[in-house]
Order: sequence, then C-alpha cells, then structure tokens
Amino acid sequence: MAHATDDARPDRSADAEVLSTEVLTAGDISRALTRIAHEVLERNKGAADLVVLGIPTRGLPLARRLAQRIADVEGVDADRLAGSLDVTMYRDDLRRHPTRPIGRTELPDGRDDLDDAVVVLVDDVLFSGRTIRAALDAVADLGRPRLVQLAVLVDRGHRELPIRADYVGKNLPTALGESVRVRLVEVDGEDGVRIERPAPAAGQGGAR
Amino acid sequence: MRHLLSAADLDRDAAVGLLDTAERMAATQEREMKKLPTLRGRTVVNLFFEDSTRTRISFETAAKRLSADVINFAARGSSLSKGESLKDTALTLQAMGADAVVIRHQASGAPYRLAHAGWLASAVVNAGDGTHQHPTQALLDAFTLRRHLVAAGDAGLGRDLAGLHVAIVGDVLHSRVARSNVDLLHTLGARVTLVAPPTLLPVGVEAWACATSYHLDEVIAEGRPDAIMMLRVQRERMGAGVPANGAPVATGFFPSPLEYTRAYGLDARRLAMLPEHAIVMHPGPMNRGLEISADAADSPRAVIVEQVANGVAIRMAVLYRLLAGEREAF
Repeated sequence: MAHATDDARPDRSADAEVLSTEVLTAGDISRALTRIAHEVLERNKGAADLVVLGIPTRGLPLARRLAQRIADVEGVDADRLAGSLDVTMYRDDLRRHPTRPIGRTELPDGRDDLDDAVVVLVDDVLFSGRTIRAALDAVADLGRPRLVQLAVLVDRGHRELPIRADYVGKNLPTALGESVRVRLVEVDGEDGVRIERPAPAAGQGGAR
Repeated sequence: MRHLLSAADLDRDAAVGLLDTAERMAATQEREMKKLPTLRGRTVVNLFFEDSTRTRISFETAAKRLSADVINFAARGSSLSKGESLKDTALTLQAMGADAVVIRHQASGAPYRLAHAGWLASAVVNAGDGTHQHPTQALLDAFTLRRHLVAAGDAGLGRDLAGLHVAIVGDVLHSRVARSNVDLLHTLGARVTLVAPPTLLPVGVEAWACATSYHLDEVIAEGRPDAIMMLRVQRERMGAGVPANGAPVATGFFPSPLEYTRAYGLDARRLAMLPEHAIVMHPGPMNRGLEISADAADSPRAVIVEQVANGVAIRMAVLYRLLAGEREAF
C-alpha cells in the first residue's frame, strides 16, 4: 500500500536501484477517461442523478476530468456532477501509519446529501480494496444513494476484500513488490502511469 | 505529538496543522450525520478536579463525535473527594485502559506530572491547570481569529496569523487563557498586547512575547487591534469570598467593581472605538456588567458563541492528532 503515500520519484536516473516502466502515457489516460465517460452514461442511461466523487489525492482530478467529459457529451454543468469524498477518518489502518492529514469532502453544486443519487466513486489505483471499503462507509454517512459504482484508472489486483471496479482504465497485473505510480498534471505537473520495481542487486552494490 | 500540555510546546507547523484539521472537522459538523467512526473502541477519560461546564462538555462532544467512549471523572462525588492522590487515580485509569486522559486541575503542572511520572501510558491533554496553561482554548481562539480575520474554509488552510494585533484585556494574573494565547498567537505571528491594572499583571510579564499596557482606551485608539479578548475577572481566585448571590465584591486587586468596569470593561463606547473589522472574544463564562457589557457581548461583532462551536472542532482535531495515528514510543 506504500504506493499511495510515498512521494513519486521523477525517473530511474534519480535512483539507480529502481526500475521504472511507463505503462500509460498521457494520451492513454485521456482515451481511457473518455471511454469510461461513455460507459458510465451507457450503463446508467444518461446523467440523471449522477454524482462523480473523487477520492483524494489523485482521484480528485480524475473525477473532475471524468465529470467534464460526461458534461460535454450530455450538455450539463460539470460542477453539478463532480465532488470529492475524503475517506481518511473511515480507514481501518489509521493506527498503522503516522497521523494522516484529512482531505476535503464536498458534494457537487446543488446537492446537500446523496439520497437517491447514482454515485460513481473515482480513484487512481485499485489495490487491496480497503480505501473503497472506507469510501462506502463515508458515502453512507452522506445519505442513501440508489446505486454506487466504482471507476479506477488502474486495477493492479491483490484484493483483500470482496470489491471490484465497474469501470477500469487498464488492468495491470503486478507483483506485490512493485509499486504503481500515477502522475497527474493537476498534482504532479505531468500525466503518466509507471510501474516501479527494485532493480536486481547484481553488481550495482558498490556503485554509490 | 504524544501529549498536549502547553501551547508553548507547539511550533508553527504543528499549530497550523491542528487548525487545518479543525477546519475539516468543522465541515463534518455541518452535516446531518455528525458522527465519525475514527476513534471507535478508544476510551477518553475526562478527569476534572475543578468545576467546568463548557470545557468538559466540549471535550465530551468532540470525543463522542469521533466515536470514542467517554468516561467522566469529576472530583466531587468520587473517591477524589475522599483524598485519593493523583497517582492512585492515574493508576486506576491505567488499569481501566484509558487511551487519553483530559485533565483539569487547580494545581499548575498537574497534567505534566500525570504525563511524565510513568503512571500512565495514555495521551494526556491539558484542559486547564491552575494559572498555567489551557492550550485547547488558545487553539480555538486562534482558529476563530483565522476564520474571521484571515480566511475561512479552504482558503485559510496552511495560513497563520501573521500581522494581526490582538488585545487581551483584564485579569491576566489569574488567567491560563492569557498565558496560552500569548504563547500560541506569538508562534503564529500575531502581535499581542496585554491590558490590565498593574495589580492584575503577573511579576515577570516583561519577559513574555507581548506588549503590556495599563490603559485600555489608549490601546484601542492607538493600537487599532484586530481583535479584543476580554478575560473573566476570576473572583474565586482573588481570596475575597463571593456572596451567595454572586454579586461583584471588592477584592484587594481593584478598589471596586464599578471602577474596574470604568477602566477596563468593554462597553458600547469602547466597542464603537474599535476598528470596523475588529471582533470581540471572551473565553467564558462571562461576568456581564463587569468586564463586558451586554451591548458588547450581544453585538454582531461578538464571536463568543462561535468560539464554543469552534472548541468542539479544535478538540476533535487534538484527539485525532493524539489518538488516530500509530502510537509513538514513550
């Protein structure tokens, strides 16, 4: 789970002991979001009652981009679709980490609760499923939605709970020792997804 | 951060971090569903050796909103009134498995003793000790100041109180609120002026990080404070008996209540002299007619009721900071 909290490293050159492979380019991310936007509209037969909630940090810009695409297709206002959902205070692993900063929860314009809404949760990486479990609890405290769905940019497997995504940008089989780094313009200054793994130690030990 | 014992222990980043967390907590308190599961299964003990209504209720509300179990220990009606020592009380709480102890005590330094004597493994929060410190009050005052005079909501995140001028007026001698606020507001970059009669300024006040004055009108006219904080005249600490009807009585500290009010009370005239944007604060409970007139207390510029609401958010932030993360070694 370290992928979510560690600082992203710029490139392999910054740290010779990490191998990094680009798996999604900026164009791939953009196309995946466009496809998901259409899938959401198709499955839900339009944007009625739709609420797209991003989970901080990187789910937030993804949710905004997704809402914008949906809004463009349906001719509605993206601000009335997109919101944010902080799950920090609902996590089950709070005691395993130093105190986490709390993010912001904000419903889209014109909504006071989630009663009867069709909620699409948006996150960058789906891994153990624990963040989504926390998100479901957080959603329940905001009302009783008619339906809750999940959209993720990357599904890297290794679930620890019976949770699956409804919309996936890319399925990415990974080993547990690898980490998936999502970088987004709004947070990191550029778009891209990389897999990083520790390099084999062969012959490099004395290089530093 | 393992304990919160004094506002002086907080550096700028820690203090701003607590204010930011409180901002998030305050947002959750505007929802219909106010309870969060964050501290489920944790136990918070309110250990109050001194009478208090709002601080105890505020801590209790904060802990319950975060789903912690709350046990209230008041000195009256418990074995504390039978002469049990602080140590034995602490050992009892330890045996009961308290995760945090919120303590108010008439002796300055009692929370420090409780935190560092090795009797307890819990986090200790100082809810007021003697005339020493009351850090959560200073934090909630700083939070109120930031919301009104810097920026509210997300715009205020990460900001301190740089450039603000705060006048703290009245019984500084007996006030832990004044001491905590001088420490914290200075850390956050604000300028503090203490205003009190010479008899109610403590010895050594020159060494504090603030200015002092004996003249309220002068400070208001020339200092142009952004906020004025009226302190309660603590008659119970002044030695003179308080009559059963609670009426103001003369003590050795000032000639008569009327004279105190004339020189240091906040009335309609002084309220009108304050800068347009200035806010009026009071840590409560108020002595209406003594340090603050009804005109001032009920004016739209008074944020006294809001301070109470902000107290819950700040105490939620403190409990979150102390109890939600992994346990720091002690």
